[in-house]
Amino acid sequence: MRLIWVILRKDWAEVFKNRFVMFTVAFLPLILTLLPIIGLAVGGNETDMGDLEELGSAFNLEGLCAGVTDAECLQIFIVSQYMMLFMLIPLIIPITIASYSIVGEKTTRTLEPVLATPISTFQLLIGKALAAAIPAIVATWLGYFIFVIGISIVSAGPIVVERILAPEWLLAVFVLGPLLSVAAVSVAVMVSSRANDPRVAEQLSMLLLLPLMGLFIAQVAGLVLVDAKLILWFALALVVIDAGLLGFATQLFERETILTRWK
Amino acid sequence: MKSVIETKDLTKKFGELTAVERLSISVKPGEVFGFLGPNGAGKTTTIRMLCALIKPTQGSARVAGYTLGSEDDKIRRNVGILTESPGLYDRLSAERNLDFFAQLYSIEDVAGKVAQYLKMLGLWDRRHEAVGTFSKGMRQKLAIARALLHEPDVLFLDEPTSGLDPEAARLVHDFLEGLKREGRTIFITTHNLDEADRLCDRIAVFNRELLALDTPSALKLQLYGRAVVFHLTQPGEQFVERVTAFSFVESAEASENRILVRLDDPEVQNPALVRALVEAGAEIQFVGEIRKSLEDVYLQLLTNENETLST
Repeated sequence: MRLIWVILRKDWAEVFKNRFVMFTVAFLPLILTLLPIIGLAVGGNETDMGDLEELGSAFNLEGLCAGVTDAECLQIFIVSQYMMLFMLIPLIIPITIASYSIVGEKTTRTLEPVLATPISTFQLLIGKALAAAIPAIVATWLGYFIFVIGISIVSAGPIVVERILAPEWLLAVFVLGPLLSVAAVSVAVMVSSRANDPRVAEQLSMLLLLPLMGLFIAQVAGLVLVDAKLILWFALALVVIDAGLLGFATQLFERETILTRWK
Repeated sequence: MKSVIETKDLTKKFGELTAVERLSISVKPGEVFGFLGPNGAGKTTTIRMLCALIKPTQGSARVAGYTLGSEDDKIRRNVGILTESPGLYDRLSAERNLDFFAQLYSIEDVAGKVAQYLKMLGLWDRRHEAVGTFSKGMRQKLAIARALLHEPDVLFLDEPTSGLDPEAARLVHDFLEGLKREGRTIFITTHNLDEADRLCDRIAVFNRELLALDTPSALKLQLYGRAVVFHLTQPGEQFVERVTAFSFVESAEASENRILVRLDDPEVQNPALVRALVEAGAEIQFVGEIRKSLEDVYLQLLTNENETLST
């Protein structure tokens, strides 16, 4: 455990000296957190019945807006669209950190001296994975905390805040988010074994965003209703996917493979 | 005396390619062992095997008293390695770089050890500066210090002066000579044959397999024997017969005013030759020994190997 902490601290000390990584870690959660708050503060209280009826015909607002005012309905609708976008935080941050930390070590050839120490490959991989995943999870949770406070200030009524404290949001932020981070780190490790440039590794790993963006578009288009049940299924599927990805990433992260095949 | 490194038929194959073939060597404690060979000869692969970084395909080895394969963790604790590239974290300070590795090796007094090496290397005043701002020589010294932090039984140095300018190389040489005086066991690969000649107690010439192994002077003798040149005031041709009359003379050839004589023991045999030449009317200006460099030996061994392969 101590050696994992040593790796983690070193990675943070090094990676966070990189301005681009710092920008991603700080700026992305800030944007995704503040955007809906500002949106609601600026226009979320003005409701035009015509617009809402139009929305209602396009989306199933009955389930979403039962027993709430029109202003609250519009706000609940807007806020609910942001859930999938919010899940970009635990995906993008680990990809950025892991790409820079692993491919960075590869290009500067710093991995070999580390591998020559008594640290086990497992400890090294876990240290690097945690160094990439923890900031993402913390940023997601912190962003969500600010999001809840912000929405409670600008919302039309307490029902809007209640909705973002509903099981689907809690499941997404506290279960799906960490699982997405694990998937992101595993993919970043795998891609890093082939890529020689952190930016290339990052861009290739970003392909992982496609399913999430697909879900977001489907939600916006009214094709899918993202509720607690769907998130739970999504989380269960991710547990299986994460196990497979982690197993594969661990295999690729063997000393001999890194030294002789990571070119 | 028990060997610090002992390999028997150590072999490494990457698919069809044999990188190291049946290497059997033994390195004694306190010895500086040179491992010379051309690019792609398998030197780095050998070091990686001996540092338990990659697994041999065949053969066995004991390093620092531990068996390769079954006690890899103990081997890693007891060896230090300077990799081909210094592999330092450029964004971190010199102190932070050493601190990180000291913690990975679970050194008890991390701060004390780091300070000791930074002072020893003359980097104490720049300990808070990012390593990326250091010169190549300073980086290389820092990388050697990193390999020494945990006081390993054996130190592996993979081309420690490669790519350094003469001044930086001198810094590293001085440091290595200090380590030699301390009695450290060092396994060094280098393309700098003068460096190997000066530092190494024994040298292995290697090109995927062992071509020769001995002390630098024995290797030179083994390949070239010893030779003496007599500089005369007159043409040497007329005295060749007089010289070859001695049974200890292996060969003698004249070139203008010089006679080149190959023999076993010039210290003992030269006086008789000088006497004979003077008696024969030769006027000797001076006598010198022809010294072959380790480079000559190295190139000769590789040439011999290429010829053997081509036939």
